[in-house]
Amino acid sequence: MTYIKPLFRHPKLPKNKIGYTLKEYEGALSTLCAGCGHDSISAAIVQACYDLSIEPHRVAKISGIGCSSKTPAYFLGNSHGFNSVHGRMPSVATGANLANKELVYFGVSGDGDTASIGMGQFVHAIRRNLNMVYLVMNNGCYGLTKGQDSATADKGSKSKAGSVNPFLPVDLASMAVELGATFVAQSFSGDKGQLVPLIKAAIHHQGFAFINVISPCVTFNNNLGSTKSYDFVRGHLGVTSQLDLVMEKEAISVDYEKGSVVRVALHDGTELELSKLANEWDPKNRISAINAIENARENEQVLTGLLYLNTDYGDLHEILDTTDTPLNQLDEASLCPGTVTLEEINRGLQ
Amino acid sequence: MKPTDTSNPEYYHKVVDCQYACPAHTPVPEYIRLIAAEKYTDAYMINWQSNVFPGILGRTCDRPCEPACRRVRVEEEPVAICRLKRVAADNKGDVKSLMPQGPFTPNGKKVALIGAGPASITVARDLAPLGYEIHLFDEQIAGGGMMRSQIPAFRLPEEVLNEEVNYILDLGIHTQFFTYVESLKEVLEKDYDAVFVGTGAPRGRDLPKLPGRQEGGPYIHIGIEWLANVAFEHVHSIGKRVIVLGGGNTAMDCCRTSRRLGGESVKVVVRSPFKDMKASPWEKEDAMHEDVEILDNHVPLSFEMEDGKLIGMKFQKVKAVYDENGKRQLLPTGEEDVFIPADEVLIAIGQENSFPWIERDIGLEFDQWEMPVVDKVTFRSTHPKVFFGGDAAFGPENVITAVAHGHQAAVSIHLMCEGKDIHDRPSPYVNLVSQKMGIHEWSYDSPVAIDKRYVVPQAAKSITLKDRRMEVELGFDPPLGYKEAQRCLNCDVQTVFSENLCIECDACMDICPTSCITFTTNEDKEEDLRKKLLVPAENETQDILVSDSLATGRVMVKDEDVCLHCGLCAERCPTSAWDMQKFFYSVTKAHEL
Repeated sequence: MTYIKPLFRHPKLPKNKIGYTLKEYEGALSTLCAGCGHDSISAAIVQACYDLSIEPHRVAKISGIGCSSKTPAYFLGNSHGFNSVHGRMPSVATGANLANKELVYFGVSGDGDTASIGMGQFVHAIRRNLNMVYLVMNNGCYGLTKGQDSATADKGSKSKAGSVNPFLPVDLASMAVELGATFVAQSFSGDKGQLVPLIKAAIHHQGFAFINVISPCVTFNNNLGSTKSYDFVRGHLGVTSQLDLVMEKEAISVDYEKGSVVRVALHDGTELELSKLANEWDPKNRISAINAIENARENEQVLTGLLYLNTDYGDLHEILDTTDTPLNQLDEASLCPGTVTLEEINRGLQ
Repeated sequence: MKPTDTSNPEYYHKVVDCQYACPAHTPVPEYIRLIAAEKYTDAYMINWQSNVFPGILGRTCDRPCEPACRRVRVEEEPVAICRLKRVAADNKGDVKSLMPQGPFTPNGKKVALIGAGPASITVARDLAPLGYEIHLFDEQIAGGGMMRSQIPAFRLPEEVLNEEVNYILDLGIHTQFFTYVESLKEVLEKDYDAVFVGTGAPRGRDLPKLPGRQEGGPYIHIGIEWLANVAFEHVHSIGKRVIVLGGGNTAMDCCRTSRRLGGESVKVVVRSPFKDMKASPWEKEDAMHEDVEILDNHVPLSFEMEDGKLIGMKFQKVKAVYDENGKRQLLPTGEEDVFIPADEVLIAIGQENSFPWIERDIGLEFDQWEMPVVDKVTFRSTHPKVFFGGDAAFGPENVITAVAHGHQAAVSIHLMCEGKDIHDRPSPYVNLVSQKMGIHEWSYDSPVAIDKRYVVPQAAKSITLKDRRMEVELGFDPPLGYKEAQRCLNCDVQTVFSENLCIECDACMDICPTSCITFTTNEDKEEDLRKKLLVPAENETQDILVSDSLATGRVMVKDEDVCLHCGLCAERCPTSAWDMQKFFYSVTKAHEL
């Protein structure tokens, strides 16, 4: 094996606000197939965290099972990680999130892990508006078990072996909108220019941020006739908007066509600047978002970009009014207030 | 920008920084890999083909390759290319049987070589196998030129010099040593088809006008003459207190030789600041290691005499002042003049060409500096049959430059004797071969060693200072040589990109450890494109590789500057759009025409 990543980096590699280079956000060398879309998504996550100057120890990566769920080993090597049971990532993320609301939570999942075995967990995480980035690396096949069609494979899509998928697909993005996810986006692993700002926006979003990323399986689903191949996706991309995260309030410096720029404030004061490309689409309107997705489908397009955003609905901590202090920082007296307090509570319930 | 034309061999040649910087374009990474593989004989022969004197150069080369080494840009210290060459020479097996075997069928042409230094010997090597009758003239007792007369034996043992000079002389060269050529006209009157002048820069500069120079005559010597007298055993000792004037490599050889001939307090006194001295840094280090004191910013004022005997020298203290163009001026500091006591003084302040033996009426033009007018490509003078090379052509340089000149002059001589146009230069021999052997397997060691440069072991000072013939450097032993060889980044294994195979998955861009690869939209101007890369390509001495337009309309741009040639782009490429291909480049020699 001569497969070792050299330790040298570009001597002029730029540093972010907290003095780190990209190297501090990298993980181990990927063991996925050469050219896997998942690696591009990992690189986009690295870039987003670097750009936002997030301290790596303030990130938790949680995943299930599958090629996608292996990727947390390949990015943010200095962050917390939990590789959980198949389809059970949302439960672990919920637990972690409730214990400590100060971290950035990355849930990394695949089409099998989310649309099949983990579907039940997925919908409830949305329903609770758990504050996390839920990223699906969607390649329409089970790459880890040699490429069988997954639940997100399009009807009529041809596999590498030549069989045509007879079933209708689960559309994760429209489902997330339907269930009331507060941030829904769709992207393509081969378009970092779009994916990186989406991830940054998702990190800043207070609530459940869902990004469905079409990520071609270069080994089992990159053939002619597949609707999840590099070529097909590139040829059928529809884009809602160009998006940028504005960290500080500043005047719009770029001249967009009149009326096409929308600014949306997030909870933490940062703003999303959307330069709209799709007509009659309003990112804050659920009907409009569903229409845009359906229209794109009719035109045989994969609609990418931010699809829907709701900043009015509080996240799980807000709903439950939980403590701001992470549980591991609470002392015994706070965690276990004793029999007197218990009796008081019981009296209140009588 | 237009796509880079990689079919021009000079593109990939430039990526191999060391080879490109070497005047003779020695395929450095190729022989370093052979050293790592313990194939010392093969490594030696690759060198011998290119630079004729691997053992000599492995000890004495000026190393233009090392400052160019990519490792300087990636970490700090270059690969010890020069001393690795010596590893090949020290450990080689039988090489003579791999060299051209005479006697060669005569081709009926005769060539005279004047001066038996590295340039002439190179011409002899290249022409002898073609059947030329070669007459080599030199005033010294043996071949080698300045390599024999000026490079001290503690840096270059005589056996090494004799061995490599004799490989060439044994090719059937007619040597006429102890023969000082007094007239080029007379040589030309004989029926030579061509004459090559490789007489070097034989005259050491003096300080004739400095007060006391005449009176102090017996105690003051010209550096290169004194070194020659030591080498040829006319001089065996020197006074206890020695001043060496000058800051170049000859000054370093003078002071270190003085230490071996009885000099106890040896001082090198130089006009310029220490950092501006012409001597190679390692030569300065070696001199200081042998207790030589280097005094910079001292301008000589006079030789001081007492009772007809030299007692020392006076110097003015100066400081260097640089104007906005970086031009240096040495201005007096106003401090009191410095007297340094000395028994003998060696003047090593440079050397000059001198052609008293060339008549000025034979159709050979000289310029205003009394230098012959020589073509920079063909090395022909204004006389159609006379060629120049080495220090004789354009002034003092170094051994490896002389070798490069010799190769080119030999090509010109052969083309001329064949009745061909000498301006029609042969193209280099090049080859580009994929190194892929399987998944994660390349036929070169692609992992990048993080080792720092290894130090060449030296013999103890207490031993080496007692014997001027005792070689100071012991050289890398094979295990250490292996470790140093593994520091080489294999820059000749090129990253070759085929845009028609690329599916733009970005895998190469994501994996590249040094952020060399960017997929982006094209720009008209190179400077604009350079700014757009992941890490802007600010080092303009290094090219950028620009692909043709890809399916999305973008281009792939690779900055060659700090590419580690680790092959990860090719490893991560699903379609083999990237491939690691070994580029071999060799300057075509006369005997290969």
